Amino acid sequence: MRRLAWFALLLFPLLAIAQAIQPLPFRNHAEEVRFQHLSAELRCPMCQNETLADSNAPIAHDLRRQVFEMIQAGKTDDQIKAYLVDRYSQFVLYNPPVEPGTWLLWFGPLVLLVAGGIVVAIQVRRRARQAPAVVLPANDTEDDW
Amino acid sequence: MIPELGQFALVLALLLAIAQGVLPIVGAWRNNAALIAVARPAAAGQGVFVFAAMAVLVYAFLSFDFSVAYVADNSNLALPWYYRVTAVWGAHEGSMLLWVFILNVWSVALAAFSRHLPDAFVARVLGVLGLIGVGFLAFILFTSNPFLRELPMPADGGDLNPVLQDPGMTFHPPVLYMGYVGFSVAFAFSIAALLGGGMEQAWVRWARPWTNVAWAFLTMGIVAGSWWAYAELGWGGWWFWDPVENASFMPWLVGVALIHAQAVTEKRGSLPAWTILLSLFAFSLSLLGTFLVRSGVLTSVHAFASDPRRGLYILGFLIVVIGGSLLLYAIRAPKVATGKPFAPLSRETGIMVANLLFTTAAAMVLLGTLFPLIGDALNLGRISVGPPYFGFLFVMLMAPAVLLLPFGPYLRWGRADGRQLTSMALRAAIAAVICAIAATIFAEGRLRAIAGVAGAVWVGAGTLAYVVKRWNEMPRGRRYPAEMAGMLLAHTGVAIFLMGVMLSESLSVERDVRLAPGQTESVGSYSFRFDGVEETSGPNWRADEGIVAVMRDGKTLTTLHPQKRTYSRGQVQTESAIDAGLFRDIYVALGEPMDATDVRGAWALRLYHKPFVRWIWLGGLFMMLGGFVAAAERRFRAKKVPAAETATTTPEASPA
Amino acid sequence: MSRFLPLIGFVLLVGLFGFGIWWNTQHDQHEIASPLIDKPAPAFSLPVLNDAGRTVDKASLLGKPYFLNVFASWCIECVHEHPLLMSQMKDLGVPLVGFNYKDDPAAATAWLAEHGNPFEVIVADREGRTGIDFGVYAAPETFLIDGKGVIRYKRIGPITPDVLDNEIRPAIAALAKEGQ
Repeated sequence: MRRLAWFALLLFPLLAIAQAIQPLPFRNHAEEVRFQHLSAELRCPMCQNETLADSNAPIAHDLRRQVFEMIQAGKTDDQIKAYLVDRYSQFVLYNPPVEPGTWLLWFGPLVLLVAGGIVVAIQVRRRARQAPAVVLPANDTEDDW
Repeated sequence: MIPELGQFALVLALLLAIAQGVLPIVGAWRNNAALIAVARPAAAGQGVFVFAAMAVLVYAFLSFDFSVAYVADNSNLALPWYYRVTAVWGAHEGSMLLWVFILNVWSVALAAFSRHLPDAFVARVLGVLGLIGVGFLAFILFTSNPFLRELPMPADGGDLNPVLQDPGMTFHPPVLYMGYVGFSVAFAFSIAALLGGGMEQAWVRWARPWTNVAWAFLTMGIVAGSWWAYAELGWGGWWFWDPVENASFMPWLVGVALIHAQAVTEKRGSLPAWTILLSLFAFSLSLLGTFLVRSGVLTSVHAFASDPRRGLYILGFLIVVIGGSLLLYAIRAPKVATGKPFAPLSRETGIMVANLLFTTAAAMVLLGTLFPLIGDALNLGRISVGPPYFGFLFVMLMAPAVLLLPFGPYLRWGRADGRQLTSMALRAAIAAVICAIAATIFAEGRLRAIAGVAGAVWVGAGTLAYVVKRWNEMPRGRRYPAEMAGMLLAHTGVAIFLMGVMLSESLSVERDVRLAPGQTESVGSYSFRFDGVEETSGPNWRADEGIVAVMRDGKTLTTLHPQKRTYSRGQVQTESAIDAGLFRDIYVALGEPMDATDVRGAWALRLYHKPFVRWIWLGGLFMMLGGFVAAAERRFRAKKVPAAETATTTPEASPA
Repeated sequence: MSRFLPLIGFVLLVGLFGFGIWWNTQHDQHEIASPLIDKPAPAFSLPVLNDAGRTVDKASLLGKPYFLNVFASWCIECVHEHPLLMSQMKDLGVPLVGFNYKDDPAAATAWLAEHGNPFEVIVADREGRTGIDFGVYAAPETFLIDGKGVIRYKRIGPITPDVLDNEIRPAIAALAKEGQ
């Protein structure tokens, strides 16, 4: 509990100083959009679950400046991300990489969908076998719509 | 004295909850009419005392009773009365009391509006609700008591976090809890059905209105939270896939599946076990959400302060309630496939597929939310899962659902008419393509905008086609039964929502600019002129208020006043200024003066143009409305069980 | 049998949550394990605090292990940690190098005058750029860098007596075994 508190204490005097609004001299609109997308995909290392784009923390301010400078220097998105991961670990990526450690994350839902699909298919087939052709009324009746 | 009365009221409520939880269920089991009859009065009594406790806490806030520690921590002399009421649920203890309060609202409503149900059944339902109340009341009294005193009494209190000093906070938690907690009713119905063993099929019909209303409230609560985040917190964002948001979204997704599954079971008798399981899941996810945001297990901007002791208690409660219910399900769920048979192309199949998609989506959100924890457990390092994951997979799962949606009303029970389906599909597809072409021109080829328009028109046109069909075929007065009207409204809501999301996400423009007074910046076809900053103040804050004129084609459309507020305790908060419109929002946020010592100089500003963003919440409101309207269906309140509903077992009954 | 699947799934979930609660009591959620452990410290060259003419770079610090302590006058927890730096840390026999992070030199000097100066030398990173290379995101943070310039240990947050005894002393002992 105290440990949570010390981070919070740390942040307080700085909220007034650093803000997420950071005008930067982009060369064109496309560059600005690229910056916005990239900083929305990166996590502020300091904050409780905020993107680099949204965070008021001083480190977020510095990292946004860093990302901006790297964009201007012609680095690719992957290079920028790698630069940050080298210094702050995978934690700064909101988009977890696809690697054996995260297979469960990325493929779990697909596996579940397929397994569920098989169950549904079996159920439907079973019902279809049991069903004689059902006679349909010409129009929906009120209860049977 | 009075806070002690509040605490005493909670103790009495706990005793009554124990009575309500134990006696009627025993009575139903033993066929003891006297014990069964305890249910309604006990629920009423518990309700009275919980309402009294809540009233005491509200009074303590309104009367500045800082001798109560919770009041002292969350309010102060400068806090306006409406935010003092809001502060009642602004922190952990009060929000738990709100939880129990809402639980009692539902219990009392159920006790009052269930005269048409068999007494033994109602006894079980109220009994389950009583047991849940026992858990929460005990939790409050033993670990999270809002009535604890702080002596000596401080002269002034702390503060309600300025971020929470907003109408959104007044509205969002109670409404959200009405939904969240409301799923306890569907849960209780299912437990009662499992306990009852007789498996009267009518129980699903009785459960439907309660489930629809709870789901509608949950929809409204989520919409309110999203709108509030946009207006107050999120720099123009309206959904962050934050663990706390996910905690409310998972029950919502399962709730969607549940509403549809209940329709299948009620009308055709099929899938009773699945329907029961879904109601158990929905409420379990609500409880899980309550655990996640208070136990400290996950990081979130939203989370309440964590305390391992509280976390363990809630976990124990989860084990009893969820574990117990799932065990009961494993033992007592119907094993035999029942209900009318259906062909592969039928509404039953359609709903099963939709259920699969929504349940998988809920599982995906759960997986992503918990994965950082799994990563720690498996020593994979700190893995961070955010919008790129959730957004991507959610769209993948929902895209097939969107494609299937307009077929829904056209799929007949038992066996669908292929010709009707293709005829509707053709018309809706043509409409979608035409609009997509229009979108390609107006949206300058942006893929998401085009896809959004195409999908929304596909759903909208298909739904409209059905509206027209019913109008033509049915006599006046019987065209749109409440249940159907609700369905049509909700499906239309999906179309509106889809349009709003895709267009605003792909066409929004955001610029961070530095403007000196008098300077103008343009975003799209709008110009923003910054006219400097003035000082203003409110009840417990002072602010630098920017003056920004918004112009188009040379004419001033409006003047916006974004503020940078400093609250009485020193916290700084940005109040964005929004010019809301049905087809676009203009949003301005004030940052920092470029030179901290000169507020008369240039400032950093964030400017947004967000087309169609209101459609996101408008769509949600349509869905909510659909839920309420569907719940009003007269058939749900019928006293007699129509003969057609008695469960029919198929000739070659086989274990499901 | 498939009816038991939801229950089994839930039991697994409970296990996970129980682990989560336990894990939280052992770790600070906000700590990110540094990816730089056992990797060479980034090359840096920073001016000395209040002495713009002098610079200190990584090469000049090679040869002996040292602590790099990130601090600032605006950092509240640094005040709590500082007495420990002044006493027991100084007695460890490993030099302390101060890393004044995103601070105003006058404020930093005043702060040191008030709280004491345990540092052999203090470098100033006013913009925080070198801090980024070190993966610094808050203050205080402390690195233990060995004689070859490899980061061997990082502490995020203030150094407490517990941390000193359970983490720092063993780290130094391990270095001593290597002959550093």
